[in-house]
Amino acid sequence: MEDRAIIQLDHVSKSFTVRSGIFGGRKNMQVIGDLSLSIGRGEVLCLVGESGCGKTTTGKLIVGLIKPTSGRILFEGKDIWSMNNEEFKDYRKAVQIIHQDPYSSLNPVHRIYNILSAPLFRHGLVRNRSEAEEKVLDLLDRVDLTPPGDFIYKYPHQLSGGQRQRVAIARSLTLNPKFIVADEAVSMLDVSIRLSIIELLRRLKEEMNVTFLFITHDLAMAKYFGWEGRIAVMYLGRIVEIGPTPRVIENPLHPYTKALLMAIPEADPQVTRNKTPMKLRSLDIPSLLNLPPGCSFNPRCPFWIEGTCDKEVPDMYEPENDHYVSCFLFRGK
Amino acid sequence: MKSREIVKRIFWEPLVIISRDKAGLIGFIFLLSILLLSFVGPYFVKLDTEVKLDKIYQFPSREHILGTDNQGRDIFSQIVNGGRDVIIVAFLAGLISTLIAVSLGSLSAYAGGFTDTVIMFITEIILTIPQFPLLAVLAAFVRLTNPTMLAFIIGFLGWPALARAIRSQVLSIKERDYIEAARVLDLGRMHIIFSEILPNMLSYIVISLIMAMTGAVYSQVGLIILGLVPFYGHNWGLMIQLAWTRGAIFYKGSIFYILSPIIAIVLFQWSAVTFTRSLEGIFNPRLRAGE
Repeated sequence: MEDRAIIQLDHVSKSFTVRSGIFGGRKNMQVIGDLSLSIGRGEVLCLVGESGCGKTTTGKLIVGLIKPTSGRILFEGKDIWSMNNEEFKDYRKAVQIIHQDPYSSLNPVHRIYNILSAPLFRHGLVRNRSEAEEKVLDLLDRVDLTPPGDFIYKYPHQLSGGQRQRVAIARSLTLNPKFIVADEAVSMLDVSIRLSIIELLRRLKEEMNVTFLFITHDLAMAKYFGWEGRIAVMYLGRIVEIGPTPRVIENPLHPYTKALLMAIPEADPQVTRNKTPMKLRSLDIPSLLNLPPGCSFNPRCPFWIEGTCDKEVPDMYEPENDHYVSCFLFRGK
Repeated sequence: MKSREIVKRIFWEPLVIISRDKAGLIGFIFLLSILLLSFVGPYFVKLDTEVKLDKIYQFPSREHILGTDNQGRDIFSQIVNGGRDVIIVAFLAGLISTLIAVSLGSLSAYAGGFTDTVIMFITEIILTIPQFPLLAVLAAFVRLTNPTMLAFIIGFLGWPALARAIRSQVLSIKERDYIEAARVLDLGRMHIIFSEILPNMLSYIVISLIMAMTGAVYSQVGLIILGLVPFYGHNWGLMIQLAWTRGAIFYKGSIFYILSPIIAIVLFQWSAVTFTRSLEGIFNPRLRAGE
């Protein structure tokens, strides 16, 4: 597993300093705490969690947009922040991101041709306009914007949300990446378009052998996109459960994952009516500025063990093969 | 790209866009006429310098379209020959202040931290100094022997307000997702500033340039009217000063002498400001209808 890993996070933490009030001092807000993760080549890892839990920060750390406060992020075994220029350039080209909002991820002053050809020219993949045009048409065709000739000289504002997202996907493919972080890539789109974009991403993954980190708050999307891969459930900057998607969905171990899955409405009203929702001890998410001691889920957890959960931080336990959970209920199993 | 296509994109398309906004089109036509009059006109209408004592303060006639001045010279020839320097000084001053504002403003926003603090501190100090009195004092100390010198002084004092506006725009644009995408695609800092950030502000920058030009027209004409700029030659500002001190104070008949340069300046300013309406459409693709 380790040698196949394309991206590894090694005890990564990220905190931001925030000022409180005029006279208040600086406070440390820990967004990611001691995160270790390994993503294998060709794998799909879905990162799920509610908003504000650190999913996007994790994505930005992986693509190198922000530096971790401590810990290392390894790309093909090398720490990205101690790479030399050449290695860093290769890493930059190999790891791309697809943003959530297709309305702000495309520069409104450029035509689609310019958006897609800039990286091609910059990295010497094409030499002149006709080569660039050919490559851009090919990229547009790949993301199902057909006929590509109709789109190449359009401005982003002339396209719909779904079409824009396809252009953003095409842009992430310009440099033949090995790894793509899809940060809520479908959550801003119309429900009717979501599935076709997901299908497109699945197809590109097969065709181009790209590894995906699929960040979403929507378990159904994670289930659909990452059935063959793994799911990691994040809560307040920590991964609480990680394992193969079918097993996490069908047999959730962590109380938080269970609560999340319970919250999904079923298509059959009879089933929904008969479901007994999990009784959380508190409905409020603790503030990142004031994280509870011990397991960060303990103030809400219905199964908490007094004296343990609010004192110690649980390790990752492996009650099933490849299915890890960070909860004292599974200690020693 | 074929050369015909380039000509079409650079010259023809902007004209089509200009013609869409009626007010902007009128401004454009006036501006173009004034520019032609001031830069091409002097080759056809020579400046009348001959003193004709029998023709003082004549009303407009076929021979003298705008009448004559206190020495019997043709006013129209003075208007035609007096615009060039005013416009050149205004353009240079506007260009200098806009260049300084754009570079310092975007540097300040992009670099952040200490650089930002220092640049903004200097900007605020200059912003606090009242512009025109300082110009007047400076003009008294610096020997202004040519228009370029004047343009530099006006330009060097005119940038702070725009610099702050540019800074806040860059601060907002640099956080957008497409800038992040450009960073991840390793497009380089120069590309990000000049190709991703600045084009988004281009219409604003060009409009500010024109506003800076109109500001510079008032500054220089003001200095000349006050007699603080002893530069020779002939221009609208000098005309107003002469018309005022030699004529308007004493004679009713000098009305055409003093009004002509004032109207010329007002028309120039108005057409420039009105023309900016069309510029929005040229630089902002989202505003182009029907494409």
